[in-house]
Amino acid sequence: MTANSASDHDAACPVSIHDLTVAYHRKPVLWDVDFAAPEGSLIGVVGPNGAGKSTLIKACLNLVPAASGSVRFYGKPYREQRKIVGYVPQRESVDWDFPASALDVVTMGRYGRIPWCLPPSRKDKAAALQCLDQVGMADYARRQISKLSGGQQQRVFLARALVQDAQIYFMDEPFAGVDAATEGAIVELLHELRARRKTVVIVHHDLQTVSAYFDHVVLLNMRIVAVGPTNEVFTDENLQKTYGGRLTLLDKAAEAIAQGGHHK
Amino acid sequence: MIAMRGIPWALVAMLIPFSNAMAQSQPGTHRSITDTAVHWPGWDQVSQALLLRDYNTRVVVIGATLLGLAAGVIGTFAYLRKRALMGDALSHATLPGIALVFLILGAKNMPLLLLGAAVSGILGVLAVIGLRTIPRIKEDAAIGIVLSVFFGLGMVLFGLVQQLKTGNEAGIQSFIYGKAAAMLHRDAWLIGGVAVAVVAACTLFYKDFRILCFDEEFAGSQGCPVVVMDLAMMALVVLTTVVGLQAVGLILVVSLLIIPPAAARFWTDDLGIMTLVAGASGAASAWFGATLSAVMPRLPTGAIIVLCAGVMFFVSMMAAPRRGVIAGIWRGWSLSRRIGLQHVLRAFAEHEERYAEGVGITMQQLLAARSWSPVSLQRSLQRAIRRGEVTRGGDGGFRLTSAGRVEAARILRNHRLWELYLIRHADIAPSHVDRDADDVEHVLSEPIVRELERALDEAVAIPPSPHAEGGGV
Repeated sequence: MTANSASDHDAACPVSIHDLTVAYHRKPVLWDVDFAAPEGSLIGVVGPNGAGKSTLIKACLNLVPAASGSVRFYGKPYREQRKIVGYVPQRESVDWDFPASALDVVTMGRYGRIPWCLPPSRKDKAAALQCLDQVGMADYARRQISKLSGGQQQRVFLARALVQDAQIYFMDEPFAGVDAATEGAIVELLHELRARRKTVVIVHHDLQTVSAYFDHVVLLNMRIVAVGPTNEVFTDENLQKTYGGRLTLLDKAAEAIAQGGHHK
Repeated sequence: MIAMRGIPWALVAMLIPFSNAMAQSQPGTHRSITDTAVHWPGWDQVSQALLLRDYNTRVVVIGATLLGLAAGVIGTFAYLRKRALMGDALSHATLPGIALVFLILGAKNMPLLLLGAAVSGILGVLAVIGLRTIPRIKEDAAIGIVLSVFFGLGMVLFGLVQQLKTGNEAGIQSFIYGKAAAMLHRDAWLIGGVAVAVVAACTLFYKDFRILCFDEEFAGSQGCPVVVMDLAMMALVVLTTVVGLQAVGLILVVSLLIIPPAAARFWTDDLGIMTLVAGASGAASAWFGATLSAVMPRLPTGAIIVLCAGVMFFVSMMAAPRRGVIAGIWRGWSLSRRIGLQHVLRAFAEHEERYAEGVGITMQQLLAARSWSPVSLQRSLQRAIRRGEVTRGGDGGFRLTSAGRVEAARILRNHRLWELYLIRHADIAPSHVDRDADDVEHVLSEPIVRELERALDEAVAIPPSPHAEGGGV
């Protein structure tokens, strides 16, 4: 990055993304993303399949390498701010037949602050249990995770993020495949987080509920199509730009780069 | 130390008796017990082997047992990380290294042989990882390619060793098929050291290994050094495999990494307990295999150990209390028995509802009540009679007892509540609800029934059938 990149990131901004480009196998999946999240807001990331929504989150958390660009949390890189950033991965990303109880999984949210080589303390367990209670799952604390329904598993993941007690949360499709009761519980939880001035970035699939759930929206299709307050940005025209008509030229360019990579 | 629930500290304790036994052993002659002729063992030999009286037997049995323990423990994490087959690629890939060291030295130098094995094994793992990043090559293909090519290369080099006729090809053979009897006390100490390292690492890094196995991405976001931990785990698998080569052989050593954890998974849903059980069953298999082959020297140790682990796996799969096959069959069978009984009682209740309380029902009427075979009806009816819920009258008809009437009313009510719920809240046509209700009503628990009552405002009475007159059961 250039020397002036630090000045592009505002220390008061919970998440600022500058010129972020990510490539898989040399094929770019995100181009030049620029975004500054307003504090204490619920931000929906919306776009078609393969638009790079999950990749955006993973690049923010250093889980996939960025080809270029930078991400700052309150002006500092992720390495230094890990403790104030919570993460809810996609539910399907793990094997739920793992030998663990709901409480075990939620306790994993405290691993970042437990000293090396030591087991979780009673305090960690109590905090985990309290977060399970917050998502209405206290009765299932001892249950093996494969015996939970999809919605219950999603709540366990949310509780695991809550126990991190972060300032900024990234959630990858928390509403995917959950029952109505869980959906309601998640929405309630999001409102609670917002009331406590937390910033939440949520990858979302269901266009019907975007206006109801999110203050801000990021319309994404390999690059940012539009970003801003939901009532201004979430328009038919912008949706048409995001979903309608593939970006043939961008696709072709990505293809050419991938091909070029192999011919080198 | 803080109370450490679920953490395999107990594994450390399991090591202590072995280290004592080894410390007391006298440095005796390094005679191979394979020299004895084939014969069935007498009681003397069996007790000798069991009581570890003979020095060589002691070395072999203790070494093999520690190997089984270490493999079971680290195998648990490799298994949950879905890396078990990687161990197979690794063990097969050790052969070129072993053969190359033989070729260069022309003699059996154990430390260098193991080093060669480790180096070429690691190269094999790196090759798998490298192949995986190439588009269109999936992990299974990568493992298959590396495993067979490295093994093939090893066999070619092995052929060259045989051409040299240095008289050492027997040594290399034991690496392929395993010969615990060839174990020296130095080798046993090496295995012991690896076992201590494995148990210590899995205890200290329990948290990191666990989160890495369950959710790698979240582990990364928590600041767990994912790459370092992954390498540490793989290094422990490499160590265990390499020191186990001589005893079990490179073809079969992977079984000690896979089978004990797979068996242990049936018994528990707790990772700590699973690790303990896997370590213990690995140790038990290896102990049994080594003891048996000490008594009957011509039996291949590695194969016996694997068969023993296989038996333990089979027993676990069949007989484990909740996850086992027999438990599953039993659950299904007792559910269908309960359903049959409830169908009979409901038929009685509906019959009494139509006519009057205490009216008997004949076999013909019962058979017409629903589509069931005479055999299954007879069986369920006999069960109801045995339970004192139905009596047989003198006229050949059947009647509910007073206890049976209470139970039958409860069943009928659950059925009707569920039917109503489906019609009112799930928009299912009345002509279809009966069969749907049938599937669910038998598993309705008390809290669900209470909830149904709330949803339907039906607190006491049995709701009338939603079906048209004569629609029946």
